[in-house]
Amino acid sequence: MKDILNVKNLSMKFDNKVIFKNVNFKLKEGSMTALLGPNGAGKTTLIRILMNLLDPTEGVFKFDKEIRLGYVPQFRNIDEDYPLSIKAFVGLNAPTIKTKRIKDHIKHELEETNLLEIQNTRMGKASGGQKQRAYLAQALLDNPNMIILDEATASLDPRAKEELMNLLKHLNEKHQMTVLFVTHDLPLAKKYMKEYLYLNHQTAEQGKMQDFKGDYE
Amino acid sequence: MFQFEFMRYAFLASTFIAITCGVVGIYVVSRNFSFLAHTLSEIGFAGAAFAVFMGIAPLWGMLLFTLLGSVSVGELTTRSDQKESSISAISALFIGLGVLFLAISGSNSRYATNILFGSIIGVDHTGVVQLVALSIIVLLLIFLVQRPLNFDSFDHIGAQAHGVKSGVVGVIFLVALAMSVSIGSQIVGSLLVFILLTLPASTAKYLGRTIGSMMIWSIVIALIGVWAGLYLGFLTNWPVTFFIAIIEVAIYLGTYFFNLFRNSFN
Repeated sequence: MKDILNVKNLSMKFDNKVIFKNVNFKLKEGSMTALLGPNGAGKTTLIRILMNLLDPTEGVFKFDKEIRLGYVPQFRNIDEDYPLSIKAFVGLNAPTIKTKRIKDHIKHELEETNLLEIQNTRMGKASGGQKQRAYLAQALLDNPNMIILDEATASLDPRAKEELMNLLKHLNEKHQMTVLFVTHDLPLAKKYMKEYLYLNHQTAEQGKMQDFKGDYE
Repeated sequence: MFQFEFMRYAFLASTFIAITCGVVGIYVVSRNFSFLAHTLSEIGFAGAAFAVFMGIAPLWGMLLFTLLGSVSVGELTTRSDQKESSISAISALFIGLGVLFLAISGSNSRYATNILFGSIIGVDHTGVVQLVALSIIVLLLIFLVQRPLNFDSFDHIGAQAHGVKSGVVGVIFLVALAMSVSIGSQIVGSLLVFILLTLPASTAKYLGRTIGSMMIWSIVIALIGVWAGLYLGFLTNWPVTFFIAIIEVAIYLGTYFFNLFRNSFN
């Protein structure tokens, strides 16, 4: 499998606070990587840099030119009164005038994320797990071949966590999608993810998930 | 009542204003800009007073002030943590200016009343043409940026994650909002223009589940308000603005309580 992301000597400072420095790693096509690390280690910062939402202080990174990225951010502003249905919410990431092709595409992603039956439920009334799957479906509309999820399971109950992880496993195995999954949940990562990228003490280390010996100190 | 030319003009202008405010209102509500819409109406009052002072039509003074106010308030609120306080300060400044302009222009209180409470019955042929043209410009502006505007207004974080240019979309929307405030003020007055910009859309939130259906509900509710308001105003000689206000509030409260009632049984 070829490398699809190459990160070289990446450093990030906010004012005078060093978040990380000289971070180097590569990700392989079709890999399923857990991005682990304690709070404040810079996991979200790293993701935002990779998504071009933030400029690094130093260093470079390069995605393979065939990579199409999908990204599910950590927080959303969906309150209880949020009016749009799950289907309409997912469709925000599509042209306003929905041709048959676009409608079919949205339907396909709703099916893929097990949301077809509840597509008319308002997002504000959907459960945490349903919302996360809707965020994922919205990102999948871009036809990505790599997806980055930031703390997607953080506020979910155990059953919803398993459901989301099985969905990611399915995307990885059936659609060869590369997955980078930011999490705190070590048991969950050990169960579903194959590789890890551990961000701590301002640096990063990489390996197979079963060999992970992070101290989380 | 359509045998009277002024009623025909009033209906035509109100119809376009209601459609425009109904559409723009959807974004005012979803972007949490209700307070800004309110502030802009006060800025519009100052602009109209300024126009009276300068001896030009109030509409142009309103447009000038609301456009300047909208973009600067918008900038302030995206940069500052003190959103509410900075809007309050700006709103105080503009009401003060409005009072000053009216006083030094030496115009009578009837002018002030017209600006604050609206005077759609007095709209002439030129006025109708201006209002319709401005409404169409606002609707075109919204149409041009509808995809990023929809995404950014209903899922700001998701839109940013997809590289939507939120800043540009935001400014275009603020321009459209300023224009809507100026034209909406012509019918319900600057004091109550926020009614048309927030209540129909807030009601539509309970009724629609897509942006399209919410927009249709919002337009319909705005139209019911202005049409019925004009008709009742014609019948009773009471202020049109009063009828529009109570109709919109009644529809909003009715829907709100119906929704509460329905939820308690689910």
